[in-house]
Amino acid sequence: MKVFLKLLARNRLALAGGIVLMLVVFLVLITPILPLADPDVTNTANRFKLPFSEGAILGTDHLGRDLLSRLLWGTQLSLAVGFAAAIVAATLGATIGIIAGYYGGRTDNVIMRGVDMLMAFPYILLALAIVAALGPGLFNALVAVAAVNVPFFARNIRGITVGIAHKEFVDAARLAGLSDTRIILTEILPNVIPVIVIAMSTTIGWMILETAGLSFLGLGSQPPQADLGSMLGEARSALITNPHTSIVPGVMILIIVMSINLLGDGVRDALDPRLKSGALSRPMAATMVKRDGPVPAATGDGLLELQNLQTQFHVKDRVYRAVGGVSLHVKRGECLGIIGESGSGKSVTALSVMGLVASPPGVISGGAVRYDGEDLIGAPYRRLRDMRGKNVAYIFQDPLATLHPLYRVGEQLIEAIRAHRPIGKEEGQKKAIELLEAVRMPNAAKRISDYPHEMSGGMRQRVGIAMALANDPDIIIADEPTTALDVTVQAQILAMLDDLRRSRGLAIVFITHDFGVVAQLCDRVAVMYAGRIVEEGPTASILDKPTHPYTTRLMACVPQLGEGKRRLEAIPGLPPVVDKLPDGCAFADRCERVQADCRTGEIALERKGDRAVRCLHPVTPLQEAAE
Amino acid sequence: MTAALKLTDLSKTFYLGGTLFGGPTGSVKAVHPITLTVEHGDTLGIVGESGCGKSTLARMLVGLLNPTTGQIEIEGAALDNADPADFGKRIQYVFQDPISSLNPRKTIRQIMEAPLKRLHGMDKPERNKRIAEIFASVNLREEFLDRYPHEFSGGQAQRIGIARALAANARILILDEPVSALDVSIQAQVLNLLADLKSEFDLTYLFISHDLAVVEAVSDRIAVLYFGSVVEIGPAKDIFRAPRHPYTKLLADSAPVVGRALKAPEAKDTELPDPLNPPPGCSFAARCAYASERCRTEVPSLSESNGKTSVACFHPLGND
Amino acid sequence: MTGYILKRLLSAIPVLLGITVIVFLIMAMIPGDPATAILGSYATPENVEKLNRELGLDKSLVQQYFIWLGNMLQGDFGTSFALNRPVIDEVLERFNATLILAGTAFLLCSVFGIVAGVISAANQYGAADKAITFVVLLGISIPSFFLGMMMILLFAVNLRAFPVSGMWPIYGDRNLGALISHLTLPAIAMAVVATGVIARLSRSAMLEVLRQDFIRTARAKGVHERGVIWRHALKAAMVSIIPVLGIQAGFVLSGAVYIEIVFQWPGVGRMLVDAILKRDILLVQGGVVFVAACYVLFNIAVDVAQSLLDPRIKT
Repeated sequence: MKVFLKLLARNRLALAGGIVLMLVVFLVLITPILPLADPDVTNTANRFKLPFSEGAILGTDHLGRDLLSRLLWGTQLSLAVGFAAAIVAATLGATIGIIAGYYGGRTDNVIMRGVDMLMAFPYILLALAIVAALGPGLFNALVAVAAVNVPFFARNIRGITVGIAHKEFVDAARLAGLSDTRIILTEILPNVIPVIVIAMSTTIGWMILETAGLSFLGLGSQPPQADLGSMLGEARSALITNPHTSIVPGVMILIIVMSINLLGDGVRDALDPRLKSGALSRPMAATMVKRDGPVPAATGDGLLELQNLQTQFHVKDRVYRAVGGVSLHVKRGECLGIIGESGSGKSVTALSVMGLVASPPGVISGGAVRYDGEDLIGAPYRRLRDMRGKNVAYIFQDPLATLHPLYRVGEQLIEAIRAHRPIGKEEGQKKAIELLEAVRMPNAAKRISDYPHEMSGGMRQRVGIAMALANDPDIIIADEPTTALDVTVQAQILAMLDDLRRSRGLAIVFITHDFGVVAQLCDRVAVMYAGRIVEEGPTASILDKPTHPYTTRLMACVPQLGEGKRRLEAIPGLPPVVDKLPDGCAFADRCERVQADCRTGEIALERKGDRAVRCLHPVTPLQEAAE
Repeated sequence: MTAALKLTDLSKTFYLGGTLFGGPTGSVKAVHPITLTVEHGDTLGIVGESGCGKSTLARMLVGLLNPTTGQIEIEGAALDNADPADFGKRIQYVFQDPISSLNPRKTIRQIMEAPLKRLHGMDKPERNKRIAEIFASVNLREEFLDRYPHEFSGGQAQRIGIARALAANARILILDEPVSALDVSIQAQVLNLLADLKSEFDLTYLFISHDLAVVEAVSDRIAVLYFGSVVEIGPAKDIFRAPRHPYTKLLADSAPVVGRALKAPEAKDTELPDPLNPPPGCSFAARCAYASERCRTEVPSLSESNGKTSVACFHPLGND
Repeated sequence: MTGYILKRLLSAIPVLLGITVIVFLIMAMIPGDPATAILGSYATPENVEKLNRELGLDKSLVQQYFIWLGNMLQGDFGTSFALNRPVIDEVLERFNATLILAGTAFLLCSVFGIVAGVISAANQYGAADKAITFVVLLGISIPSFFLGMMMILLFAVNLRAFPVSGMWPIYGDRNLGALISHLTLPAIAMAVVATGVIARLSRSAMLEVLRQDFIRTARAKGVHERGVIWRHALKAAMVSIIPVLGIQAGFVLSGAVYIEIVFQWPGVGRMLVDAILKRDILLVQGGVVFVAACYVLFNIAVDVAQSLLDPRIKT
């Protein structure tokens, strides 16, 4: 709650809205004790007095009644009715929605059909019909407004409830012996309440408008009692001659509803956990670059060269050093594996190459990425776009999420080509089929008109690979391309990738967490931990003689098929969080070879021959491993 | 001695397209009738790829899904269509996703207390004592109890999930991909913890996973599931070393192993059959190099063939 | 596709029946009997009874419902006692006027709402985004009838750029130019709220989509940022925008009631309010059922549009 209020107060617009609304509510609360004229006493001699005239600050209306007094009393009425309608509609709607969403099946079906039926009316027709039946009056208008809004709440809350009811913690609660009622009250409701509050805070303004509308039509509050809507309705006939009688209540409605909407948006933002993490910000076309250090000079190593690359995530006042100075290179036709656990920075390293790290919050803060000697960090967007897919192409992890769901795979393939050179319709079609055949898609000619959801995971990933091949790139960066796939499919895809790189002379950067995959596919491997490379070298050599304690233990803790039932060599502890990296070696806390000197200063990546390690006390001396 | 868990002809069919008025328009047999027993104190591993029915099977075993046919016996007593709470005392479940299996708006203490209160009716001091015991055995500090789930890493959350399952005092645990959401260095910690708990509390495990190496490392026996049926079941040490079903062999050959050259074990690039239109015979026939005419028309049943391993195949491997 | 349209049309039948039941039940709740309302409080009991019989009000509710429904299916919605004219004639004539107004407003709010939302999302936290967000907030906070009144005051009375009210000039030709000049102010006043809602929703739908993995794929292919926003992101965002267009059409139609009164537009909304105030029950019933039915059909069209856009919807 405290956090919520703090977040809310930080939002300046919401704060302003809240202050205005509180002011209005305060005024309305003290209205009875203010020295105001009676709002209902008519005095036709004094009709249509202008604002700021003697005895009537806001003037008088067509019957000579004091507008200020009527305004405050009317505001009181409008606010009360609006809030009451919102609370009634939210309570009823949420109850219906939760019941339908939790029980599902037939209950859900029957309830939601009823809701659909009510939503089939343009809302005012239903409200008019209800008022027609109950007769005009403010209370009946309240009933009508609440009733027409129940279906909106019910449908909204049902959707959320269905999502929560299928969460695993609800199953867990059931297994812990909780009854349905208890599950609804203790498991579902606490998770739904924020949504109800959000829905309410964003609709109160709307409800006030609607009740004002019915009163405006003469179907709500009846004379002499007046809310803001009926004041406006009565003033309408004098709109042209005495506009102030219309403007006063109209502006008041605007002020109230606007302040409620501002506050409501603030409440929504403060309660929505996605917004808290800043995740809803839109990633820009290329990662932001704020490079303060000097740009390393080109060394001419390899086709693609990363030099001391640093990529950070700036979330609020925290800085996560996802990639903390990575240097790597890939030669033409070579396959480099980058291995690491989640949070080790391996994917961010890969995405930084073509500026695809989501930004905000991502920032490339140092180093260089060189393609054929040319530094790409800070290159103009135009240049980066031109190289994406043409020189360096990507394959991503989850092929369902990475293909556009609404375009046929053929269209997506042709678009990949068109992004770099114009191509006719027929030629494009032909090329798309060729690409799919290159990735051994059965029935390629037919499948180009499939949508991604019509394919299996393995077939989708073939499309992803075909797309990467579309412009004959020199380098393919594959970010865990087989992690989401079954083992038998994984084997097919890996074998195909290996063939492709040999037949086309492709360089591949293969990111994975699986030593088995690295061993089978990659020429060289770099091991990453907490944003840095801790060991690098030819795959066979590293597998044979790992030198960094982390590499050694990582290899030991993964069970290998064929070794039978046994106890595993676990690594104790957790990897460090990259916004609070310790001094010295990041692995020190989990390492059994740790010495005092491991915890101070910068530990450099030491290189001997084609092997490199970042460790003061390696398992095997580097010299020995490099031989 | 009675078996810890005995399944007889357990199956599950899902009906699709049912409306308010009309009946279902199609059906998918997610689990074909399965009969198997798990001995007390054993770990039975269940492996299979996505869509093979392993999670459906697991959810039936703990009563979260009603089986279409067959029955479940736990320690000699039949359990059928009873309410989940009744299952809860005898068999518990550890979920795949450790974070989403904990209610984000409850403290760990509230989560831990639920089974003690609802299943065993313990009072406050009793509960606190029990929670302290369990937390000690899963190596979690008691100060965690007053925190909320989002404050934990995946590995810690999974320990909490295991602690909750233990709190119900069930002797059988269904472990549904308990480590597949975890990083490899954390995986080993959790797998070792599970092994320790098993001997400490005399538990029986059903360990479900898609990772062959992990299953092999923890199981006594392994059942291989394909397209909703058990195609092979046998001792863990033999099943991937000397597979008898062609599918088991394909799985074993596909797993990436250090020191084995990369090759696609399958010549054809084929995938699972369509569950709405299952093939009439063996569901693996279309992918199988040994398939005969009989395989395409007749469904092989699981039968013991060499004293150790049972296999559902007309042409099992390694018979010579 | 034809099959899908047919299926949706068939599924509309129970909804339409449900609408008639709801309207009938609400109207049956009205205290007092219509005959007295029609004949006035000085009518003799015999006359009241006679009229009740003529109106079929002596029968049971269920019988009354089916008689009413049967008549409606034959196009007979009864006769409005206040206007002394068949309900259907009056409704059709009025609905025509409403359709012109609401249709224009709907077109305006869809186009401007989506474009504003996309621009806003594409420049998140930029100047354009802030300006649009502010205008949108103003738009959704102002009552349409008040906005309409202020527009009359400013553009019609003070600037004399548009006529004050009505659909046609009192003297002069009823040509397209005259219609457009009469239509401009009310259509804009009506569209403002819905434009705001659609713009907000389009903005958040776009932001949601722009974070998706397939957008990163498009960028990784080298697709130009314009293409990323307007082709990839907008198409995917339309999946959540289109249903809202359907709902907003209902709100636009609802807004017609206020706007028609403010601008003296001879539409069905004004007719309904008059009928309610005069307790002209048959006219209310007929008008509500007719407009609701049209809205149901419109929503089917929305569903069909959605299924054309999204191949994942089973057709």
